[in-house]
Amino acid sequence: MSSEARPFFAPVPKASGWRLFLKTVVARAYPRVIGQQRERSWLFFDVFLSILAVSAYVFVYRAIGAPEEYVGFVVVGGAMTAFWLNVLWSMSSQLYWEKESGNLALYIMAPNSMMAILLGMAVGGIVATALRAAAILLVGSLLFHVQYAVGSLPALAAVFLLTLAALYGLGMMSASLFLLWGREAWHLANLAQEPIYLLSGFYFPVKNLGFWVAVAASIIPLTLGLDAMRQLLFPSGAALGFLTVPVEVAVLAVLCVLFLVAARWLLGYMERMAIREGRLLESRR
Amino acid sequence: MSTPIYQSTSLPKTLSSAWRSFRIATWLGWQIESNWTDPILFAIYSMLKPLASAAILVVMYGVITNGQFENPIFPYIYLGNAFYIYVGAVMTGVSWAVIDDREHYRTLKYIYVAPIRLPAYWLGRGVARFLTGSFAVFITLAAGVLFLHVPFHPARVDWPLFLLSLMLGVVMLALMGLVLASISLMIAHHFFLIGEAVAGALYLLSGAIFPLEVLPPWLRPLGFAMPITYWLELLRRSLLGDLARGFPTLSGFSNGQLLGILAGLSVLFGLLAAVTYRLCDHQAREKGLIDQTTNY
Repeated sequence: MSSEARPFFAPVPKASGWRLFLKTVVARAYPRVIGQQRERSWLFFDVFLSILAVSAYVFVYRAIGAPEEYVGFVVVGGAMTAFWLNVLWSMSSQLYWEKESGNLALYIMAPNSMMAILLGMAVGGIVATALRAAAILLVGSLLFHVQYAVGSLPALAAVFLLTLAALYGLGMMSASLFLLWGREAWHLANLAQEPIYLLSGFYFPVKNLGFWVAVAASIIPLTLGLDAMRQLLFPSGAALGFLTVPVEVAVLAVLCVLFLVAARWLLGYMERMAIREGRLLESRR
Repeated sequence: MSTPIYQSTSLPKTLSSAWRSFRIATWLGWQIESNWTDPILFAIYSMLKPLASAAILVVMYGVITNGQFENPIFPYIYLGNAFYIYVGAVMTGVSWAVIDDREHYRTLKYIYVAPIRLPAYWLGRGVARFLTGSFAVFITLAAGVLFLHVPFHPARVDWPLFLLSLMLGVVMLALMGLVLASISLMIAHHFFLIGEAVAGALYLLSGAIFPLEVLPPWLRPLGFAMPITYWLELLRRSLLGDLARGFPTLSGFSNGQLLGILAGLSVLFGLLAAVTYRLCDHQAREKGLIDQTTNY
Protein backbone atom coordinates (compact mmCIF):
# COMPACT_ATOMS: atom_id res chain seq x y z
CA MET A 1 0.00 0.00 0.00
CA SER A 2 1.56 3.26 -1.03
CA SER A 3 1.70 6.21 1.30
CA GLU A 4 -0.53 8.18 -1.05
CA ALA A 5 -3.34 5.62 -0.93
CA ARG A 6 -6.55 6.70 0.77
CA PRO A 7 -7.02 5.31 4.29
CA PHE A 8 -9.75 2.70 4.57
CA PHE A 9 -12.04 4.84 6.71
CA ALA A 10 -11.37 8.12 4.95
CA PRO A 11 -14.56 9.99 4.01
CA VAL A 12 -15.68 9.67 0.41
CA PRO A 13 -15.16 12.95 -1.41
CA LYS A 14 -18.53 14.65 -1.68
CA ALA A 15 -19.74 16.21 -4.86
CA SER A 16 -21.15 19.67 -4.72
CA GLY A 17 -22.24 22.44 -7.05
CA TRP A 18 -22.46 21.51 -10.71
CA ARG A 19 -20.79 18.16 -10.10
CA LEU A 20 -23.55 17.16 -7.67
CA PHE A 21 -26.16 18.50 -10.07
CA LEU A 22 -24.83 16.39 -12.94
CA LYS A 23 -24.42 13.30 -10.77
CA THR A 24 -28.04 13.67 -9.66
CA VAL A 25 -29.20 13.99 -13.26
CA VAL A 26 -27.32 10.83 -14.21
CA ALA A 27 -28.51 8.97 -11.11
CA ARG A 28 -32.18 9.78 -11.81
CA ALA A 29 -31.86 9.05 -15.52
CA TYR A 30 -30.18 5.71 -14.89
CA PRO A 31 -33.22 3.72 -13.68
CA ARG A 32 -35.28 5.03 -16.58
CA VAL A 33 -32.83 3.74 -19.14
CA ILE A 34 -31.91 0.52 -17.33
CA GLY A 35 -35.49 -0.14 -16.23
CA GLN A 36 -36.62 -0.84 -19.73
CA GLN A 37 -33.92 -3.49 -20.12
CA ARG A 38 -35.57 -5.32 -17.24
CA GLU A 39 -39.00 -5.37 -18.90
CA ARG A 40 -38.30 -5.81 -22.57
CA SER A 41 -41.85 -7.02 -23.20
CA TRP A 42 -43.03 -3.49 -22.34
CA LEU A 43 -41.08 -2.19 -25.29
CA PHE A 44 -42.87 -4.69 -27.49
CA PHE A 45 -46.30 -3.80 -26.10
CA ASP A 46 -45.67 -0.05 -26.31
CA VAL A 47 -44.71 -0.35 -29.96
CA PHE A 48 -47.46 -2.86 -30.71
CA LEU A 49 -50.22 -0.73 -29.13
CA SER A 50 -49.06 2.39 -30.94
CA ILE A 51 -48.93 0.51 -34.22
CA LEU A 52 -52.51 -0.66 -33.65
CA ALA A 53 -53.68 2.94 -33.22
CA VAL A 54 -51.61 4.14 -36.18
CA SER A 55 -52.94 1.32 -38.36
CA ALA A 56 -56.55 2.16 -37.51
CA TYR A 57 -56.07 5.79 -38.56
CA VAL A 58 -54.13 4.77 -41.68
CA PHE A 59 -57.00 2.49 -42.73
CA VAL A 60 -59.49 5.30 -42.14
CA TYR A 61 -57.48 7.51 -44.49
CA ARG A 62 -57.35 4.71 -47.04
CA ALA A 63 -61.09 4.09 -46.70
CA ILE A 64 -61.83 7.72 -47.60
CA GLY A 65 -59.21 7.88 -50.36
CA ALA A 66 -56.70 10.26 -48.75
CA PRO A 67 -53.39 11.05 -50.48
CA GLU A 68 -50.62 8.69 -49.35
CA GLU A 69 -48.74 11.52 -47.60
CA TYR A 70 -51.42 11.55 -44.93
CA VAL A 71 -50.40 8.00 -44.08
CA GLY A 72 -46.93 9.40 -43.39
CA PHE A 73 -48.44 12.16 -41.24
CA VAL A 74 -50.18 9.50 -39.13
CA VAL A 75 -47.03 7.41 -38.74
CA VAL A 76 -44.94 10.41 -37.61
CA GLY A 77 -47.73 11.55 -35.29
CA GLY A 78 -48.05 8.03 -33.90
CA ALA A 79 -44.32 7.92 -33.15
CA MET A 80 -44.52 11.24 -31.31
CA THR A 81 -47.40 10.01 -29.14
CA ALA A 82 -44.75 7.95 -27.32
CA PHE A 83 -43.13 11.18 -26.11
CA TRP A 84 -46.43 12.76 -25.11
CA LEU A 85 -47.45 9.68 -23.13
CA ASN A 86 -44.04 9.61 -21.48
CA VAL A 87 -44.33 13.27 -20.50
CA LEU A 88 -47.84 12.74 -19.16
CA TRP A 89 -47.33 9.54 -17.21
CA SER A 90 -43.64 9.60 -16.38
CA MET A 91 -42.96 13.31 -15.98
CA SER A 92 -46.13 15.18 -15.06
CA SER A 93 -47.50 12.47 -12.80
CA GLN A 94 -44.13 11.27 -11.55
CA LEU A 95 -43.77 13.38 -8.41
CA TYR A 96 -47.28 12.31 -7.47
CA TRP A 97 -46.29 8.63 -7.88
CA GLU A 98 -43.08 9.30 -5.96
CA LYS A 99 -45.12 10.75 -3.11
CA GLU A 100 -47.43 7.73 -3.13
CA SER A 101 -44.46 5.35 -2.99
CA GLY A 102 -42.66 7.40 -0.33
CA ASN A 103 -39.71 8.58 -2.44
CA LEU A 104 -40.62 12.25 -2.65
CA ALA A 105 -39.73 13.01 0.94
CA LEU A 106 -36.35 11.32 0.38
CA TYR A 107 -35.73 13.44 -2.71
CA ILE A 108 -36.45 16.62 -0.79
CA MET A 109 -34.38 15.58 2.24
CA ALA A 110 -31.36 14.61 0.12
CA PRO A 111 -28.76 17.35 -0.44
CA ASN A 112 -29.44 17.66 -4.14
CA SER A 113 -31.41 19.91 -6.41
CA MET A 114 -34.98 18.90 -7.24
CA MET A 115 -34.43 20.48 -10.66
CA ALA A 116 -31.63 17.97 -11.20
CA ILE A 117 -34.01 15.14 -10.31
CA LEU A 118 -36.62 16.42 -12.75
CA LEU A 119 -33.96 16.90 -15.41
CA GLY A 120 -32.72 13.36 -14.81
CA MET A 121 -36.25 12.05 -15.21
CA ALA A 122 -36.53 14.00 -18.46
CA VAL A 123 -33.17 12.85 -19.87
CA GLY A 124 -33.86 9.23 -18.94
CA GLY A 125 -37.38 9.51 -20.35
CA ILE A 126 -36.13 10.97 -23.64
CA VAL A 127 -33.52 8.22 -24.10
CA ALA A 128 -35.93 5.43 -23.20
CA THR A 129 -38.80 6.83 -25.25
CA ALA A 130 -36.66 7.61 -28.29
CA LEU A 131 -36.17 3.87 -28.73
CA ARG A 132 -39.94 3.27 -28.71
CA ALA A 133 -40.61 6.20 -31.04
CA ALA A 134 -37.92 5.00 -33.45
CA ALA A 135 -39.40 1.50 -33.43
CA ILE A 136 -42.92 2.85 -34.12
CA LEU A 137 -41.57 5.03 -36.94
CA LEU A 138 -39.63 2.16 -38.47
CA VAL A 139 -42.39 -0.44 -38.23
CA GLY A 140 -45.08 2.02 -39.36
CA SER A 141 -43.00 3.23 -42.30
CA LEU A 142 -42.23 -0.31 -43.43
CA LEU A 143 -45.79 -1.56 -42.96
CA PHE A 144 -47.39 1.28 -44.88
CA HIS A 145 -44.57 2.07 -47.33
CA VAL A 146 -44.19 5.68 -46.23
CA GLN A 147 -42.00 7.80 -48.54
CA TYR A 148 -39.97 10.58 -46.93
CA ALA A 149 -38.23 13.46 -48.68
CA VAL A 150 -35.89 14.96 -46.09
CA GLY A 151 -34.58 18.30 -47.30
CA SER A 152 -32.23 19.10 -44.45
CA LEU A 153 -31.30 16.47 -41.90
CA PRO A 154 -29.58 18.95 -39.51
CA ALA A 155 -32.69 21.17 -39.54
CA LEU A 156 -34.89 18.15 -38.85
CA ALA A 157 -32.64 17.03 -35.99
CA ALA A 158 -32.59 20.56 -34.55
CA VAL A 159 -36.39 20.85 -34.66
CA PHE A 160 -36.77 17.41 -33.09
CA LEU A 161 -34.37 18.18 -30.22
CA LEU A 162 -35.87 21.61 -29.59
CA THR A 163 -39.36 20.08 -29.53
CA LEU A 164 -38.25 17.52 -26.98
CA ALA A 165 -36.54 20.16 -24.86
CA ALA A 166 -39.69 22.28 -24.77
CA LEU A 167 -41.93 19.27 -24.27
CA TYR A 168 -39.95 17.90 -21.33
CA GLY A 169 -39.73 21.44 -19.93
CA LEU A 170 -43.52 21.39 -19.92
CA GLY A 171 -43.37 18.00 -18.21
CA MET A 172 -41.01 19.34 -15.52
CA MET A 173 -43.32 22.28 -14.95
CA SER A 174 -46.48 20.23 -14.76
CA ALA A 175 -44.89 17.70 -12.36
CA SER A 176 -45.30 20.27 -9.57
CA LEU A 177 -48.83 21.13 -10.64
CA PHE A 178 -49.89 17.49 -10.72
CA LEU A 179 -48.43 17.02 -7.26
CA LEU A 180 -50.56 19.86 -5.95
CA TRP A 181 -53.66 18.38 -7.60
CA GLY A 182 -53.12 15.13 -5.72
CA ARG A 183 -55.68 12.41 -6.30
CA GLU A 184 -57.03 14.09 -9.44
CA ALA A 185 -53.62 13.69 -11.12
CA TRP A 186 -54.38 10.27 -12.58
CA HIS A 187 -57.64 11.48 -14.11
CA LEU A 188 -56.07 14.68 -15.41
CA ALA A 189 -53.28 12.74 -17.11
CA ASN A 190 -55.88 10.40 -18.55
CA LEU A 191 -57.88 13.38 -19.77
CA ALA A 192 -54.88 14.95 -21.50
CA GLN A 193 -54.54 12.22 -24.09
CA GLU A 194 -57.22 12.31 -26.80
CA PRO A 195 -57.94 16.07 -26.49
CA ILE A 196 -54.24 16.79 -27.00
CA TYR A 197 -54.04 14.32 -29.91
CA LEU A 198 -56.83 16.37 -31.44
CA LEU A 199 -55.55 19.86 -30.67
CA SER A 200 -51.92 19.18 -31.52
CA GLY A 201 -52.79 17.55 -34.85
CA PHE A 202 -51.17 14.19 -34.19
CA TYR A 203 -53.04 12.59 -37.10
CA PHE A 204 -53.69 15.53 -39.44
CA PRO A 205 -52.10 18.91 -40.21
CA VAL A 206 -52.94 21.26 -37.33
CA LYS A 207 -53.62 24.05 -39.84
CA ASN A 208 -57.02 22.42 -40.46
CA LEU A 209 -58.23 23.36 -37.00
CA GLY A 210 -58.21 27.02 -37.93
CA PHE A 211 -55.68 29.74 -37.11
CA TRP A 212 -56.72 30.66 -33.58
CA VAL A 213 -57.27 27.10 -32.40
CA ALA A 214 -53.84 26.19 -33.77
CA VAL A 215 -52.33 29.23 -32.03
CA ALA A 216 -53.89 28.18 -28.73
CA ALA A 217 -52.73 24.59 -29.25
CA SER A 218 -49.18 25.81 -29.83
CA ILE A 219 -48.71 26.03 -26.06
CA ILE A 220 -48.15 22.27 -26.34
CA PRO A 221 -44.71 22.08 -27.98
CA LEU A 222 -45.63 19.01 -29.99
CA THR A 223 -48.11 21.07 -32.03
CA LEU A 224 -45.46 23.22 -33.69
CA GLY A 225 -42.77 20.55 -33.44
CA LEU A 226 -44.85 18.02 -35.36
CA ASP A 227 -45.89 20.63 -37.90
CA ALA A 228 -42.29 21.68 -38.51
CA MET A 229 -41.07 18.09 -38.74
CA ARG A 230 -43.79 17.22 -41.27
CA GLN A 231 -42.78 20.25 -43.33
CA LEU A 232 -39.20 18.97 -43.35
CA LEU A 233 -40.13 15.33 -43.99
CA PHE A 234 -42.77 15.43 -46.75
CA PRO A 235 -42.86 17.23 -50.10
CA SER A 236 -46.32 18.71 -49.49
CA GLY A 237 -45.55 19.41 -45.83
CA ALA A 238 -44.78 23.08 -46.41
CA ALA A 239 -48.08 23.64 -48.24
CA LEU A 240 -49.98 21.98 -45.38
CA GLY A 241 -47.90 23.63 -42.65
CA PHE A 242 -49.34 26.04 -40.11
CA LEU A 243 -46.44 28.54 -39.85
CA THR A 244 -43.05 28.62 -41.55
CA VAL A 245 -40.37 26.42 -39.99
CA PRO A 246 -38.18 29.35 -38.76
CA VAL A 247 -41.16 30.91 -36.96
CA GLU A 248 -42.09 27.58 -35.40
CA VAL A 249 -38.48 27.05 -34.27
CA ALA A 250 -38.42 30.51 -32.68
CA VAL A 251 -41.67 29.86 -30.79
CA LEU A 252 -40.37 26.49 -29.62
CA ALA A 253 -37.21 28.13 -28.30
CA VAL A 254 -39.28 30.65 -26.34
CA LEU A 255 -41.49 27.88 -24.94
CA CYS A 256 -38.39 25.95 -23.93
CA VAL A 257 -37.05 28.81 -21.80
CA LEU A 258 -40.49 29.69 -20.46
CA PHE A 259 -41.27 26.16 -19.29
CA LEU A 260 -37.88 25.63 -17.64
CA VAL A 261 -38.12 28.91 -15.70
CA ALA A 262 -41.71 28.12 -14.72
CA ALA A 263 -40.66 24.60 -13.67
CA ARG A 264 -38.03 26.03 -11.32
CA TRP A 265 -40.44 28.53 -9.78
CA LEU A 266 -43.27 26.02 -9.36
CA LEU A 267 -40.94 23.46 -7.84
CA GLY A 268 -39.92 25.93 -5.15
CA TYR A 269 -43.54 26.88 -4.54
CA MET A 270 -44.60 23.24 -4.31
CA GLU A 271 -41.80 22.39 -1.88
CA ARG A 272 -42.62 25.33 0.39
CA MET A 273 -46.32 24.61 0.36
CA ALA A 274 -45.96 20.86 0.84
CA ILE A 275 -43.57 21.31 3.76
CA ARG A 276 -45.74 24.01 5.35
CA GLU A 277 -48.92 21.95 5.05
CA GLY A 278 -47.23 18.63 5.89
CA ARG A 279 -48.48 16.95 2.72
CA LEU A 280 -45.24 15.31 1.62
CA LEU A 281 -45.96 12.03 3.33
CA GLU A 282 -49.71 11.84 2.89
CA SER A 283 -51.06 9.05 0.76
CA ARG A 284 -54.71 9.39 -0.07
CA ARG A 285 -56.16 6.49 -2.00
CA MET B 1 -63.81 -30.86 4.44
CA SER B 2 -65.36 -27.52 5.32
CA THR B 3 -67.47 -25.65 2.81
CA PRO B 4 -66.43 -22.07 2.06
CA ILE B 5 -68.86 -19.56 3.48
CA TYR B 6 -69.95 -18.18 0.12
CA GLN B 7 -70.86 -21.55 -1.40
CA SER B 8 -74.60 -21.98 -1.08
CA THR B 9 -76.19 -25.22 -2.04
CA SER B 10 -79.47 -24.01 -3.47
CA LEU B 11 -79.97 -22.02 -6.64
CA PRO B 12 -82.10 -19.25 -5.04
CA LYS B 13 -79.42 -18.68 -2.40
CA THR B 14 -76.71 -18.60 -5.05
CA LEU B 15 -78.66 -16.08 -7.11
CA SER B 16 -79.44 -14.02 -4.05
CA SER B 17 -75.77 -13.96 -3.06
CA ALA B 18 -74.74 -13.05 -6.62
CA TRP B 19 -77.32 -10.26 -6.79
CA ARG B 20 -76.15 -8.84 -3.45
CA SER B 21 -72.52 -8.91 -4.62
CA PHE B 22 -73.46 -7.28 -7.91
CA ARG B 23 -75.56 -4.57 -6.26
CA ILE B 24 -72.95 -3.60 -3.66
CA ALA B 25 -70.14 -3.68 -6.24
CA THR B 26 -72.18 -1.40 -8.48
CA TRP B 27 -72.51 1.14 -5.69
CA LEU B 28 -68.82 0.81 -4.80
CA GLY B 29 -67.77 1.15 -8.44
CA TRP B 30 -69.79 4.32 -8.82
CA GLN B 31 -68.23 5.84 -5.70
CA ILE B 32 -64.73 5.03 -6.94
CA GLU B 33 -65.39 6.37 -10.43
CA SER B 34 -67.03 9.59 -9.43
CA ASN B 35 -65.93 10.72 -5.98
CA TRP B 36 -62.53 12.14 -6.97
CA THR B 37 -63.99 15.45 -8.00
CA ASP B 38 -67.14 17.56 -8.12
CA PRO B 39 -70.01 16.54 -10.44
CA ILE B 40 -69.40 19.30 -12.99
CA LEU B 41 -65.74 18.40 -13.52
CA PHE B 42 -66.72 14.74 -13.61
CA ALA B 43 -69.29 15.43 -16.33
CA ILE B 44 -66.74 17.41 -18.36
CA TYR B 45 -64.20 14.64 -17.89
CA SER B 46 -66.72 12.04 -19.06
CA MET B 47 -67.58 14.07 -22.16
CA LEU B 48 -64.24 15.46 -23.25
CA LYS B 49 -62.38 12.26 -23.99
CA PRO B 50 -64.99 10.61 -26.23
CA LEU B 51 -65.79 13.87 -28.00
CA ALA B 52 -62.10 14.46 -28.69
CA SER B 53 -61.72 10.93 -30.07
CA ALA B 54 -64.70 11.46 -32.34
CA ALA B 55 -63.45 14.91 -33.35
CA ILE B 56 -60.10 13.46 -34.50
CA LEU B 57 -61.97 11.24 -36.97
CA VAL B 58 -64.31 14.07 -37.97
CA VAL B 59 -61.39 16.40 -38.75
CA MET B 60 -59.53 13.65 -40.64
CA TYR B 61 -62.65 12.96 -42.69
CA GLY B 62 -63.44 16.64 -43.20
CA VAL B 63 -59.90 17.46 -44.37
CA ILE B 64 -59.90 14.77 -47.04
CA THR B 65 -63.48 15.07 -48.28
CA ASN B 66 -63.88 18.82 -47.87
CA GLY B 67 -66.69 18.26 -45.41
CA GLN B 68 -68.91 15.89 -47.41
CA PHE B 69 -70.57 14.52 -44.31
CA GLU B 70 -73.60 13.24 -46.23
CA ASN B 71 -71.53 10.40 -47.74
CA PRO B 72 -72.63 7.04 -46.19
CA ILE B 73 -69.09 6.24 -45.09
CA PHE B 74 -69.20 9.09 -42.58
CA PRO B 75 -72.08 7.76 -40.43
CA TYR B 76 -70.44 4.33 -40.77
CA ILE B 77 -67.24 5.68 -39.20
CA TYR B 78 -68.95 7.95 -36.70
CA LEU B 79 -71.44 5.42 -35.31
CA GLY B 80 -68.82 2.67 -35.15
CA ASN B 81 -66.51 4.92 -33.17
CA ALA B 82 -69.31 6.12 -30.88
CA PHE B 83 -70.51 2.63 -29.92
CA TYR B 84 -66.95 1.38 -29.59
CA ILE B 85 -66.79 3.50 -26.42
CA TYR B 86 -68.69 0.63 -24.78
CA VAL B 87 -65.86 -1.78 -25.57
CA GLY B 88 -63.32 0.17 -23.56
CA ALA B 89 -65.82 1.08 -20.85
CA VAL B 90 -67.43 -2.29 -20.16
CA MET B 91 -64.66 -4.73 -20.99
CA THR B 92 -61.88 -2.78 -19.31
CA GLY B 93 -64.21 -1.61 -16.53
CA VAL B 94 -64.85 -5.18 -15.42
CA SER B 95 -61.26 -6.37 -15.70
CA TRP B 96 -59.70 -3.28 -14.12
CA ALA B 97 -61.49 -4.03 -10.82
CA VAL B 98 -58.96 -6.80 -10.12
CA ILE B 99 -56.01 -4.46 -10.51
CA ASP B 100 -57.67 -1.65 -8.60
CA ASP B 101 -58.47 -3.90 -5.65
CA ARG B 102 -55.19 -5.78 -5.60
CA GLU B 103 -52.59 -3.13 -6.43
CA HIS B 104 -54.20 0.22 -5.62
CA TYR B 105 -56.59 -0.29 -2.71
CA ARG B 106 -54.96 -3.58 -1.64
CA THR B 107 -58.32 -5.04 -0.70
CA LEU B 108 -58.54 -8.05 -2.99
CA LYS B 109 -57.61 -10.45 -0.20
CA TYR B 110 -60.40 -9.05 1.99
CA ILE B 111 -62.86 -9.33 -0.88
CA TYR B 112 -61.79 -12.94 -1.33
CA VAL B 113 -62.58 -13.82 2.27
CA ALA B 114 -65.87 -11.90 2.26
CA PRO B 115 -69.12 -13.82 1.55
CA ILE B 116 -69.51 -12.59 -2.02
CA ARG B 117 -69.57 -14.06 -5.52
CA LEU B 118 -66.45 -12.77 -7.19
CA PRO B 119 -67.60 -12.81 -10.86
CA ALA B 120 -70.81 -11.03 -9.86
CA TYR B 121 -68.75 -8.51 -7.90
CA TRP B 122 -66.50 -7.82 -10.92
CA LEU B 123 -69.52 -7.41 -13.18
CA GLY B 124 -70.96 -4.95 -10.67
CA ARG B 125 -67.74 -2.95 -10.66
CA GLY B 126 -68.12 -2.63 -14.43
CA VAL B 127 -71.59 -1.06 -14.18
CA ALA B 128 -70.23 2.37 -13.25
CA ARG B 129 -68.08 2.39 -16.37
CA PHE B 130 -71.09 1.22 -18.37
CA LEU B 131 -73.08 4.20 -17.09
CA THR B 132 -70.35 6.74 -17.80
CA GLY B 133 -69.78 5.01 -21.15
CA SER B 134 -73.49 5.31 -21.98
CA PHE B 135 -73.33 9.01 -21.19
CA ALA B 136 -70.32 9.38 -23.49
CA VAL B 137 -72.03 7.42 -26.28
CA PHE B 138 -75.15 9.57 -25.97
CA ILE B 139 -73.18 12.82 -26.04
CA THR B 140 -71.12 11.66 -29.02
CA LEU B 141 -74.23 10.58 -30.94
CA ALA B 142 -76.04 13.80 -30.08
CA ALA B 143 -73.07 15.88 -31.32
CA GLY B 144 -73.02 13.88 -34.55
CA VAL B 145 -76.75 14.32 -35.16
CA LEU B 146 -76.87 18.00 -34.20
CA PHE B 147 -73.68 19.28 -35.81
CA LEU B 148 -72.46 16.75 -38.37
CA HIS B 149 -75.60 15.62 -40.18
CA VAL B 150 -75.38 12.03 -38.97
CA PRO B 151 -78.73 10.74 -40.22
CA PHE B 152 -81.05 9.93 -37.33
CA HIS B 153 -84.82 9.76 -37.71
CA PRO B 154 -86.48 8.32 -34.58
CA ALA B 155 -89.45 7.08 -36.59
CA ARG B 156 -87.22 5.10 -38.93
CA VAL B 157 -85.05 3.51 -36.26
CA ASP B 158 -85.64 -0.20 -35.69
CA TRP B 159 -85.89 0.22 -31.91
CA PRO B 160 -86.45 -3.44 -30.98
CA LEU B 161 -83.42 -4.47 -33.02
CA PHE B 162 -81.37 -1.63 -31.56
CA LEU B 163 -82.24 -2.41 -27.94
CA LEU B 164 -81.79 -6.15 -28.37
CA SER B 165 -78.43 -5.71 -30.13
CA LEU B 166 -77.25 -3.20 -27.56
CA MET B 167 -78.18 -5.47 -24.67
CA LEU B 168 -76.60 -8.56 -26.24
CA GLY B 169 -73.46 -6.61 -27.05
CA VAL B 170 -73.07 -5.22 -23.54
CA VAL B 171 -73.50 -8.70 -22.06
CA MET B 172 -70.92 -10.05 -24.51
CA LEU B 173 -68.48 -7.26 -23.60
CA ALA B 174 -69.00 -7.90 -19.88
CA LEU B 175 -68.23 -11.59 -20.43
CA MET B 176 -65.08 -10.66 -22.36
CA GLY B 177 -64.21 -8.41 -19.41
CA LEU B 178 -64.63 -11.38 -17.05
CA VAL B 179 -62.14 -13.37 -19.14
CA LEU B 180 -59.65 -10.49 -18.87
CA ALA B 181 -60.36 -10.07 -15.14
CA SER B 182 -59.58 -13.74 -14.55
CA ILE B 183 -56.35 -13.47 -16.50
CA SER B 184 -55.49 -10.31 -14.54
CA LEU B 185 -55.49 -12.42 -11.37
CA MET B 186 -52.42 -14.17 -12.73
CA ILE B 187 -50.35 -11.25 -13.95
CA ALA B 188 -48.64 -8.24 -12.48
CA HIS B 189 -46.24 -6.73 -14.96
CA HIS B 190 -48.53 -6.47 -17.93
CA PHE B 191 -51.92 -5.81 -16.36
CA PHE B 192 -52.41 -2.40 -17.87
CA LEU B 193 -51.39 -3.63 -21.29
CA ILE B 194 -53.85 -6.49 -21.59
CA GLY B 195 -57.04 -4.44 -21.69
CA GLU B 196 -55.50 -1.85 -23.99
CA ALA B 197 -54.03 -4.47 -26.31
CA VAL B 198 -57.34 -6.32 -26.63
CA ALA B 199 -59.34 -3.12 -27.08
CA GLY B 200 -56.80 -1.78 -29.60
CA ALA B 201 -56.77 -5.00 -31.60
CA LEU B 202 -60.56 -5.14 -31.64
CA TYR B 203 -60.75 -1.50 -32.76
CA LEU B 204 -58.57 -2.37 -35.73
CA LEU B 205 -60.04 -5.75 -36.60
CA SER B 206 -63.76 -5.27 -35.99
CA GLY B 207 -64.29 -2.66 -38.67
CA ALA B 208 -65.30 -0.10 -36.07
CA ILE B 209 -64.13 2.89 -38.08
CA PHE B 210 -63.62 1.51 -41.58
CA PRO B 211 -65.14 -1.33 -43.62
CA LEU B 212 -63.26 -4.64 -43.30
CA GLU B 213 -62.55 -4.56 -47.04
CA VAL B 214 -59.88 -1.93 -46.35
CA LEU B 215 -57.90 -4.41 -44.24
CA PRO B 216 -55.27 -6.55 -45.96
CA PRO B 217 -56.89 -9.85 -47.09
CA TRP B 218 -54.91 -11.92 -44.57
CA LEU B 219 -56.34 -9.89 -41.66
CA ARG B 220 -60.00 -9.99 -42.72
CA PRO B 221 -60.76 -13.50 -41.37
CA LEU B 222 -59.78 -12.26 -37.91
CA GLY B 223 -62.29 -9.45 -38.28
CA PHE B 224 -65.03 -11.93 -39.16
CA ALA B 225 -64.18 -13.96 -36.04
CA MET B 226 -64.78 -10.97 -33.74
CA PRO B 227 -68.27 -10.69 -32.23
CA ILE B 228 -67.92 -6.91 -32.11
CA THR B 229 -67.94 -6.83 -35.92
CA TYR B 230 -71.48 -8.25 -35.95
CA TRP B 231 -72.59 -6.15 -33.00
CA LEU B 232 -71.56 -2.87 -34.63
CA GLU B 233 -73.17 -3.92 -37.91
CA LEU B 234 -76.46 -4.61 -36.12
CA LEU B 235 -76.36 -1.24 -34.37
CA ARG B 236 -75.66 0.56 -37.64
CA ARG B 237 -78.46 -1.29 -39.41
CA SER B 238 -80.95 -0.57 -36.66
CA LEU B 239 -80.13 3.16 -36.65
CA LEU B 240 -79.40 3.81 -40.33
CA GLY B 241 -81.55 1.23 -42.10
CA ASP B 242 -80.72 0.82 -45.79
CA LEU B 243 -77.83 3.25 -45.59
CA ALA B 244 -75.88 0.72 -43.52
CA ARG B 245 -76.47 -2.04 -46.06
CA GLY B 246 -74.45 -0.10 -48.63
CA PHE B 247 -71.23 -1.66 -47.39
CA PRO B 248 -70.52 -5.14 -48.68
CA THR B 249 -68.78 -6.56 -45.58
CA LEU B 250 -71.79 -8.29 -44.02
CA SER B 251 -74.43 -7.57 -46.66
CA GLY B 252 -74.94 -11.31 -47.22
CA PHE B 253 -76.30 -11.74 -43.69
CA SER B 254 -79.84 -10.96 -42.58
CA ASN B 255 -80.50 -9.23 -39.25
CA GLY B 256 -81.68 -12.54 -37.77
CA GLN B 257 -78.48 -14.27 -38.84
CA LEU B 258 -76.36 -11.51 -37.36
CA LEU B 259 -78.30 -11.70 -34.09
CA GLY B 260 -77.84 -15.47 -34.06
CA ILE B 261 -74.09 -15.14 -34.59
CA LEU B 262 -73.84 -12.51 -31.86
CA ALA B 263 -75.90 -14.58 -29.42
CA GLY B 264 -73.86 -17.70 -30.21
CA LEU B 265 -70.56 -15.89 -29.69
CA SER B 266 -71.88 -14.40 -26.43
CA VAL B 267 -72.71 -17.89 -25.14
CA LEU B 268 -69.25 -19.00 -26.20
CA PHE B 269 -67.66 -16.15 -24.26
CA GLY B 270 -69.86 -17.01 -21.28
CA LEU B 271 -68.46 -20.54 -21.26
CA LEU B 272 -64.95 -19.23 -21.82
CA ALA B 273 -65.37 -16.79 -18.92
CA ALA B 274 -66.51 -19.61 -16.59
CA VAL B 275 -63.61 -21.88 -17.55
CA THR B 276 -61.02 -19.08 -17.41
CA TYR B 277 -62.26 -17.94 -14.01
CA ARG B 278 -62.04 -21.45 -12.53
CA LEU B 279 -58.56 -22.01 -13.95
CA CYS B 280 -57.10 -18.63 -13.05
CA ASP B 281 -58.72 -18.49 -9.63
CA HIS B 282 -57.29 -21.93 -8.82
CA GLN B 283 -53.83 -20.99 -10.08
CA ALA B 284 -53.84 -17.64 -8.28
CA ARG B 285 -54.70 -19.36 -4.98
CA GLU B 286 -52.12 -22.10 -5.54
CA LYS B 287 -49.37 -19.60 -6.25
CA GLY B 288 -50.36 -17.15 -3.53
CA LEU B 289 -51.04 -14.31 -5.95
CA ILE B 290 -54.24 -13.01 -4.36
CA ASP B 291 -52.55 -10.73 -1.85
CA GLN B 292 -49.47 -9.86 -3.87
CA THR B 293 -48.56 -6.21 -4.22
CA THR B 294 -46.09 -5.59 -6.99
CA ASN B 295 -45.98 -1.79 -6.91
CA TYR B 296 -46.25 -1.77 -10.71
